[in-house]
Amino acid sequence: MRFGVIVFPGSNCEMDCHYVIEKVLGQEVRYVWHQESDLRGLDCLVLPGGFSYGDYLRCGAIARFSPVMEAVRDFAARGGLVIGICNGFQILLEAGLLPGAMLRNNSLSFVCRFVHLRVENRDTPWTGKAERGQVLRIPIAHGEGNYTAGEGLLDEMERRGQIILRYCGPAGEVTPEANPNGSARNIAGICNEGFNVFGLMPHPERASEEILGSTDGLFIWESALAAAGV
Amino acid sequence: MAELYEELGLTTEEYHRIIKILGREPNRVELGMYSLMWSEHCSYKSSKRVLKMLPTRSPAVIQGPGENAGVVDIGGGWAVVFKMESHNHPSAVEPYQGAATGIGGIVRDIFTMGARPIACLDPLRFGDPSNPRTRYLVKGVVAGIAGYGNCLGIPTVAGDLYFHPCYEGNPLVNVMCVGLMRTSELIRGVASGEGNAVILIGNRTGRDGIGGASILASQEFDETSASKRPSVQVGDPFTEKLLIEACLELRSRRLLVGLQDLGAAGLSCACSETASRGNVGMRIHVDRVPLREADMEPFEIMISESQERMLAVAEPEKVEEVQEVCRRWGLTATVIGEVVEGNRLEGFWRGEKVFDLPADSLASQGPVYQREAARPSWQDEVRRLDWDSLDHPGDYNRVLEELVSGPNLCSRRYVWEQYDHMVQLNTVVYPGSDAAVLRIKETGRAIALSCDGNGRYVYLDPYRGTQIAVAECARNIAASGGLPMAMTDCLNFGNPEKPEIFWQFTEAVRGMADAARYLEVPVVSGNVSFYNETSGEAVHPTPIVGMVGLIGTIGKRRTIAFPEPGLNIVLLGETYEDMGGSEYLFALHGLTAGEPPRLDLALEKRVQTACIEGIRRDLILSAHDCSEGGVAVALLECCLAGGLGARIRADTSLEPLVWLFSESQSRFVVTVPDEALGMMESLAKKKDIPYTVIGRTGGDRLIINDWIDVELERMRRVRESALERLLA
Repeated sequence: MRFGVIVFPGSNCEMDCHYVIEKVLGQEVRYVWHQESDLRGLDCLVLPGGFSYGDYLRCGAIARFSPVMEAVRDFAARGGLVIGICNGFQILLEAGLLPGAMLRNNSLSFVCRFVHLRVENRDTPWTGKAERGQVLRIPIAHGEGNYTAGEGLLDEMERRGQIILRYCGPAGEVTPEANPNGSARNIAGICNEGFNVFGLMPHPERASEEILGSTDGLFIWESALAAAGV
Repeated sequence: MAELYEELGLTTEEYHRIIKILGREPNRVELGMYSLMWSEHCSYKSSKRVLKMLPTRSPAVIQGPGENAGVVDIGGGWAVVFKMESHNHPSAVEPYQGAATGIGGIVRDIFTMGARPIACLDPLRFGDPSNPRTRYLVKGVVAGIAGYGNCLGIPTVAGDLYFHPCYEGNPLVNVMCVGLMRTSELIRGVASGEGNAVILIGNRTGRDGIGGASILASQEFDETSASKRPSVQVGDPFTEKLLIEACLELRSRRLLVGLQDLGAAGLSCACSETASRGNVGMRIHVDRVPLREADMEPFEIMISESQERMLAVAEPEKVEEVQEVCRRWGLTATVIGEVVEGNRLEGFWRGEKVFDLPADSLASQGPVYQREAARPSWQDEVRRLDWDSLDHPGDYNRVLEELVSGPNLCSRRYVWEQYDHMVQLNTVVYPGSDAAVLRIKETGRAIALSCDGNGRYVYLDPYRGTQIAVAECARNIAASGGLPMAMTDCLNFGNPEKPEIFWQFTEAVRGMADAARYLEVPVVSGNVSFYNETSGEAVHPTPIVGMVGLIGTIGKRRTIAFPEPGLNIVLLGETYEDMGGSEYLFALHGLTAGEPPRLDLALEKRVQTACIEGIRRDLILSAHDCSEGGVAVALLECCLAGGLGARIRADTSLEPLVWLFSESQSRFVVTVPDEALGMMESLAKKKDIPYTVIGRTGGDRLIINDWIDVELERMRRVRESALERLLA
């Protein structure tokens, strides 16, 4: 499987994603500069975390205008797999490839820690290797991960199964205490209606090796590999 | 001119020295440049002679002091680059930007050398948290570090945080950055090659930070300090991130002859230092410098401390390629001058020569002073402690709880969770242990990083207190399984023109030198921060030590956490009545008094090597050094980190309070499985170190004789929530 990791000015998790895809998953991977527009030959696009354009405006609000985003839109429209992690998720929201928006964390502080996530839907290319209700332990690191959307939209997303991951306690209980940023309905990760575009605040690349304290991120990577028939 | 030089902080003698060097009166531009470069902050004029005491070499040291940062070989063709700096005064005036630009400055020092920055550490000191201004400063500084460091994608993996009223008006905000590079990729801040281009990369030059080094960093504070806010620069981490990537690409493509960051004294410093190191001259076309404000004068342009700028030297035929790389990263790269034969630094402005002076007269031939040193008259007084006259509580559970819920020993999670401490996928031991451990993916090894410095001990005895700072930092490295390799420092003191302060400084450096030499940890870089005073009151003399250790095999790393039930808990080292300067005295009696703990460097070294060897042979499964709060606090921290209790039997003739909370040095709490106990004991015997089995891991309480019996879950809640509550 061939991955493309998109590099925006200010991305800072692109090397981490590249490392995990190449060294841990043993897959082909290349960087895609934000000014490129030719994505031929790639099976999965990764929009990595970081602070594209410094996030001086709203997170992801400038990166969405990068030339590569037109190509990403086409790629997604043709059913290609696209995953946006943290800042990548924010960019996908700004680009309208995923519904909803991000607010600052309700603590008003950046927060970096391991959290627990409950898998809400396993019928997606991103969660096929997990069980429904399975609890994953993966870190977050963000200042604006407070996901929000209109109540009606949220209900629709729930009905269609677009809510993929929710912040929860160690036993899977979805509680206000387990919500690290004030996200609506404890939402940590969502898909588009076609399920080929996935955005999540937690960093699966930081939980892909035993030595880093968790390998639960592999459920997500390996699900994508399986979905692509690898 | 007479008025101007005084206003710029130069003395009459210094002004005459300039006239002698130039053979004429300096003009306004030249005077501005000298005033900055000869400021204490840039010239080290008071500290230079004293710092010569420090050991700076070892077979592993590739680059010692004198460059932008020290470089140490970690094997396999890789090296670490590191340095510590202060941004105390800017942070006191404007905490967020002060701390943020502090990160920016130290990070530039690291990638200037050709290394990718892989970690930051932030030792912080503040006044009493009950003061609202302290809380404002702490929150602003932490947010500034987070805002800048997180954006760069450099993990902040360690640091420390202490409170004492002496830091009320003048907090300490020190920052250490560590970088990683192939030894073959070292770039030096040296200009050479007649005809080579001098290129300014990054931000435009503005009026921010004019005179930062002289006005902010080299003067005491008083009530008017708020008016100095315009001297604080404003950080732009996005541009800095682009600079990192662009400069590392320029390095990899071997397009540069030399590279230098612009920090204090801006262009004046970068041009004169690179020219001076390369024994060349430089011609600068000041009117080619891209400006934020068109009407800036040459003197402002030469001393502006606008952030996120780099000075590169490249061969003329490579200039276009350099500019192309920078353009790709969205940065401007402007040729502003050229390297010339000789030693003159010349500046031109619209066809007119605006400065002309010998480069090394700015960079390395500034005045050097032998300041007067005198032991303070109050020194003996503060060393006296009448232990028996104090009203000591008999409820040790309460003492323990007060200590670990107090500002100095409570959990720092509230702070380090605001820092991205995981990015780059190297952090294998997180903040909260004795040392952070980072894997080196390329070699299978790891490095351990720690910083330390107890200002109370140094205040009570600058010589011994500073020895302890070095010893404890090395002990933290050893507890994580690392062999201490080299150190950096940030020496935070008051006004060196006062004899007592200079005595503290001299004694501290002497202590650091002796400890560093004995423990074989050379000092490869560092920073001196004087004038940490408010309205004539100095902070405690606070030398901060930052150390790097090497863990030969990644698997041989340890944390403080008790790993499993049923292990023997062993105390390496001896407990004495070392209550002077202790956290117990400070937290429960409001006292900073007495003799700081004794320190026997020979024993310290033996205990550390025993710990390192015990870990290497897998006899030791967890290790924690005993420091502030003594063995009781150390044990509780091991319990909480592992989520596992312990039952301790202390067989001692010391009174309970002393055994529990004495801060005797050269001690570790380690865990040893039954089957390794014999071997651990003979290792201790071979190293000739005190060795006592004091208990066993297990349960959900910490029980020590009939002195202490606490429930862990409760202590965890108390300790974890304290800081946020104290700062609310």
